[in-house]
Amino acid sequence: MPTFLREASLKRQTVLDLLFRNLTRLAAFMVLALLAAIIGSLIVGSLPAIREFGFGFLTSSEWNPVTDQYGALIPIVGTLITSGIALLIAIPVSFGIAIFLTELSPNWLRRPLGIAVELLAGIPSIIYGMWGLFIFAPLFADHVEPWLNDHIGPLPVLGPFFSGPPMGIGMLTAGIILAIMVIPFIASVMRDVFDVVPAMLKESAYGLGATTWEVMWNVVLPYTKIGVVGGIMLGLGRALGETMAVTFVIGNAHELHKSLLMPGNSISSALANEFTEAVGELYTSSLIELGLILFFITFVVLSLARFMLYKLAKGEGRGA
Amino acid sequence: MFDLYARRRAINVVTLSISVFTMAFGLFWLVWILWTLLEYGLPNLGLHVFTQTTPPPGSDGGLINAIFGSVMMTAVGVLIGTPIGILAGTYLAEFGQRGWLAPVTRFINDVLLSAPSIVIGMFVYEVYVAKVQHFAGWGGAFALAIIVVPVVIRTTENMLRLVPNSLREAAAALGAPQWKVITFVTLRGARAGILTGILLAIARVSGETAPLLFTALNNQFWSTNMNQPMANLPVVIFQFAMSPYDDWQGLAWAGALLITLSVLTLNIVARVIFRQKTNTQ
Repeated sequence: MPTFLREASLKRQTVLDLLFRNLTRLAAFMVLALLAAIIGSLIVGSLPAIREFGFGFLTSSEWNPVTDQYGALIPIVGTLITSGIALLIAIPVSFGIAIFLTELSPNWLRRPLGIAVELLAGIPSIIYGMWGLFIFAPLFADHVEPWLNDHIGPLPVLGPFFSGPPMGIGMLTAGIILAIMVIPFIASVMRDVFDVVPAMLKESAYGLGATTWEVMWNVVLPYTKIGVVGGIMLGLGRALGETMAVTFVIGNAHELHKSLLMPGNSISSALANEFTEAVGELYTSSLIELGLILFFITFVVLSLARFMLYKLAKGEGRGA
Repeated sequence: MFDLYARRRAINVVTLSISVFTMAFGLFWLVWILWTLLEYGLPNLGLHVFTQTTPPPGSDGGLINAIFGSVMMTAVGVLIGTPIGILAGTYLAEFGQRGWLAPVTRFINDVLLSAPSIVIGMFVYEVYVAKVQHFAGWGGAFALAIIVVPVVIRTTENMLRLVPNSLREAAAALGAPQWKVITFVTLRGARAGILTGILLAIARVSGETAPLLFTALNNQFWSTNMNQPMANLPVVIFQFAMSPYDDWQGLAWAGALLITLSVLTLNIVARVIFRQKTNTQ
């Protein structure tokens, strides 16, 4: 090939290289642009509500489309309480599952069980909602809630939280269904994190005569605690933003009750129920502000989670 | 001395039993939910589900318009989201060693991966539905595409990182320009893994309800017009399940069974493909 032809072809390839690299860079940049667009559009959409209610929006429990008065307190509290209940149940259960998968399970069972846990994570949330409403809630109302009323209801401090009419739907039910949904997320992160622990560390502890539980609790857990907390935060992020399952079972009442058996509302279920039917600028705008608050909370929680998981991956637990 | 050993062993036995119990507890819900779906879904599942459109309460009907709408919007969403996801994932894996863009994108992408999907629905409502003044199938497809992108980026990057560097070096040593190395060698080498990611993304969006509520909404009739409100399985299930009519609830169960079966099948197929690939490497 004559030199000038080779040079031309080389130049063409260089141009193609440049094009390709910038094409991929543009795609990566689109992710950032997307985030900026989401935040921007939510802020623009909620401006009327922000202007009207200011910071009072966060502390007011008023939600009245008739008088056009809106406050976010009830949905925010509902979101936090249901997610809190979910974590309270999901953390110990996920820890147990992760221990089972990393230490106890026979090798041939490990893979199918891991897949089963991941399938639980794959079931769409609307299915959890339907199942919760039609199957779980009636059973809960018939068998568990009367028991709670009788046995925990009379107690001094806890009592008020667990007494109320056994309706089946309410904050507690929503929390339990959320727990079932986030267990697979937390458990699989915990399992992955536990696998990071060098075998030598565990073997040394076993060699000194430690029991399996002592190895998990005194060696593996301290070594991986950043990652474990990261996994929990990841689960929390999921629970906070979960919509359909909660919408089915929380009861969708704009009320604030001490009792967890009473219906309540969460940010996401308020959005799912009211957004398409909202009339008037202020109503829509208040709902968008709710969405903005939800996005902000989950963004912070998920960022912390990712930050912790990166830290573990980078330092492999050193200094923990 | 003996006492201490006995106590430690007792603690061990108790905690490990609890661990076994929690595993059973986790599986218990999976089995129970699947059993419920079969119990209520199967009797309502028949040929009519696939041949008739969603009925008004009290008359016969099926879900064909909802199934079609779901397939349509998922397909368009995946077609829009996948190329962006693969390109961005390629950037992160192949060009992301230097500069600020790659680490920031990786972080934001991981956050978007679990961002509440209802907010994404609101976003599309704000920027699309509110502008064109009507709910439309396109809006649903856009919302699903936004959910597809992070999933595909994450798996593409992970899979490209599994391709050994010696392959890239070999191709470069033969004089291949970088774009050829990436498209003909590394991307091709990671093909099965990337396909896994796409299947997982399809599984993820085919059950998404919240983002469709504000975008595609629903349509009682047969419609192939993406510019009109479009029926889709998740929203139909939501509406029918919440309704007081028995026949609507029956159809909702049939739809729920269909969705869950397809999602679980996709998940399992994705894993099988990925496993075959990693075994033959």
